[in-house]
Amino acid sequence: MRLDWEIAKRGWRRYAAYPWATVAGIFTNTIFGFIQAYILLAVYRHRTDVGGYDVRDTVTYVWLAQAILMTVYVFGWQELALRIRDGSIATDLVRPLDPQRYWLAYDLGRAPYHFVFRGFLPFVFGALVFRLHTPSPLDAVAFLVSLAVAVVVSLGFRFLYNLSAFWLVDIRGVMMVSLSLSLFLSGMVMPLSFFPGWLGEIAHALPFASIVQAPIDIWLGKHHGAALAGVIALQAFWALVFLGLGRLALRAGSRKLVIQGG
Amino acid sequence: MIEVDGLSKRFVVRHGRFRRERHVVDAVKEISFRVERGELLGYLGPNGAGKSTTIKMLTGILVPSAGRVSVAGLDPSRRRIELARRIGAMFGQRVQLWWDLPLVDSFELLRHIYKVPADRYHTQLARFRDVLDLDPFLHTPVRQLSLGQRIRGELTAAMLHGPELLFLDEPTIGLDVVAKQRVRDFLVEINRQEGVTVLLTTHDLGDIERLCSRLLVIDHGSLIWDGAIAQLKERYGGERTLVVDLEEPAPPLDIAGARVEKVDGPRQWLRFRGSASELTAQVAASARLVDLQVQEPDIEEIVRRIYAGER
Amino acid sequence: MVEPVLLWRRLVGAQVRSQLQYRVSFALDATGAFLISFIDFLAVLVIFHNVHRLGTWSVREVAFLYAFSSISFATTDLLIGHFDQFPQKIRDGNFDILLVRPRGTLFQVIGSDFQMRRLGKALQGLLVLGFVIGSLDIPWDAGRVAMLVVMVPAAIVIFGSVWVVGGCLVFWTTDGGEFTNAFTYGGNFLAQYPVDILSTWLRRFLAYIVPLAFVCYFPALYILDKPDPLGLPRFVDFLSPVVALVAVAVAGSVWRFAVRHYRSAGG
Repeated sequence: MRLDWEIAKRGWRRYAAYPWATVAGIFTNTIFGFIQAYILLAVYRHRTDVGGYDVRDTVTYVWLAQAILMTVYVFGWQELALRIRDGSIATDLVRPLDPQRYWLAYDLGRAPYHFVFRGFLPFVFGALVFRLHTPSPLDAVAFLVSLAVAVVVSLGFRFLYNLSAFWLVDIRGVMMVSLSLSLFLSGMVMPLSFFPGWLGEIAHALPFASIVQAPIDIWLGKHHGAALAGVIALQAFWALVFLGLGRLALRAGSRKLVIQGG
Repeated sequence: MIEVDGLSKRFVVRHGRFRRERHVVDAVKEISFRVERGELLGYLGPNGAGKSTTIKMLTGILVPSAGRVSVAGLDPSRRRIELARRIGAMFGQRVQLWWDLPLVDSFELLRHIYKVPADRYHTQLARFRDVLDLDPFLHTPVRQLSLGQRIRGELTAAMLHGPELLFLDEPTIGLDVVAKQRVRDFLVEINRQEGVTVLLTTHDLGDIERLCSRLLVIDHGSLIWDGAIAQLKERYGGERTLVVDLEEPAPPLDIAGARVEKVDGPRQWLRFRGSASELTAQVAASARLVDLQVQEPDIEEIVRRIYAGER
Repeated sequence: MVEPVLLWRRLVGAQVRSQLQYRVSFALDATGAFLISFIDFLAVLVIFHNVHRLGTWSVREVAFLYAFSSISFATTDLLIGHFDQFPQKIRDGNFDILLVRPRGTLFQVIGSDFQMRRLGKALQGLLVLGFVIGSLDIPWDAGRVAMLVVMVPAAIVIFGSVWVVGGCLVFWTTDGGEFTNAFTYGGNFLAQYPVDILSTWLRRFLAYIVPLAFVCYFPALYILDKPDPLGLPRFVDFLSPVVALVAVAVAGSVWRFAVRHYRSAGG
């Protein structure tokens, strides 16, 4: 536990070391938030409800998505893949520390940094211009829990596609496809409630919805009581699925490394 | 060729996460010197002393805060592009060649960047191929070259347009003995044969001893030495060191005309001027001497002393 | 005038040869750029699943904007690069090398970031455009064809100028590479949609001061024969080339100012 804490601190510091990158990111998120908000507002000139979202829900969605974008890190991530490619994974594997545990702790140190420093201000800027939905205290707490689980789901997924580097010389193809899928199907680009029925159902059934759509819906108060617990349980389920698959893939990959020498 | 008069560069450095505290650093403080055409001189100083800042002002990269600079008759910061055609520069740790392309392709590109006429380019290249022995790797991508080969390529790149003045920043860093020698030979050759003025910064005192007749030393932004190497040795090298091994550890010896610089168990280091035999006799008189050795100061030692503030 | 173009072609040619040594990477990256571009387009389609018109704009008309913006974005990206490598260049001191060469720095920076993989996105834009032009009933005449020929170069110049200004921020904060994304991807995102849906203050700032409305919106009004929902006079539709010239002049000055700052502050 002490070790995990130390690793998590490294994750935090790695990003805290570049404050101007944070300022630049906040600026970019805010610009995107405004453009996206006005595009979706235009939809509500003709309608009052889209898939159960009223206009305030939708605008809140846009700003929350910008706010948690970095926290849940729906981006191309290849730190692990690069370690596999340059062979440093071999040293990681002989350490008495499981790589999955390492990256999980690291990511759970990174995420709070991004939540506080990349999430807060864009949301405040949005709230200054638009009327946003304020969650009940219970929903706010549930949102934080859900967001934490979302980080684990996201890391589990990123960890998994990074491991393809054991078998592929170049993982960029895999990364591009993974990135496209997770950006679009998580609800990052557009709320899943805007999707046409069948596509929305597919998206909701897939694990990516647990990364963005689930925590935001909780903030918006779309789930109550048992249903709320159910959503978080489903997220936790997907987190375990990805971590489990990651574990299997890591074992297979290290076996390949031992047998074929990388 | 170079005239520098009261040249200063002041940076405002900001400390703290969001650059709150302002903090003024005088990287170069009112330095003045002149370099004649055809000189080959070394520019020496510890890290952060102001070497690179000076070079950047001489090449027109940085604008001085105060003072006057003239390089090849031009004000570098105002007439950067005009000056660039007449000088060559090589920064040892930076790659100016095109990483993924054969070496010769980089030369081709530079030829067009510098607008070197074709015939002149071909004679120049032929010469460098010969002097630097480039042929074995002329068509190899730069990323596959050894460091020594790459530096030879970089030197050629800096010289292709026939500059009158060459600035070199750490040209031999990381090179093995053979490669170093080749670079040094090349510099001597272009300096003697073509009269190219060369100013090089280095940490390698071997470069200085073998190449330069004149040395500039900068520390904390101020020029603390400008003169011939021989004079430098005379001035700072007057003191020698007597290393004595005594029979058993003893407190520092107290001998007139010498001072103990260091004690390590039974071994002591004494700095002195004048006759070694007199001093030896005195030591032998005051302690039981087992062995001794006289050390002449080498340039490394001298530079160390200059940096340490012994003037 | 001709000589710099020839040199630019040589610099670009060198990078093409470099990149062709890694054919698999090139193919993967180009395919990836091609695929990932469709996400934006899917977003447009999802919106129009929920409404028939965005303001006064139909799905085909927005797709027209989208396609033109994508093509202009991708071509700008191909021709001048989008400054994502630039912070690194400044950090490791390689920008200094450009300063000791007898050429303009902006010219050299632009000439050193040619990436063929960006063709993937250009191709996606062309595909969408082909599809949209086929399905829209545009009253083609000489004026519209001329506009079509002029609007893309003007868009490239406007985009490019905005990116250069964004890239200049890096001279002050080398960690702030992310700023450039707001100018590049943000600019493209804005240009893909009709600016009349923005609120007045945002429109004044992003569309007219940062002149992104002149990238696609005004030329498209003319080509599509749409009355301006904002009721601006018709001649504004033809101003893109003029705006492009102003933008490039502004960008040039900002760049010179930024380089001067770099050269006195020491990066």
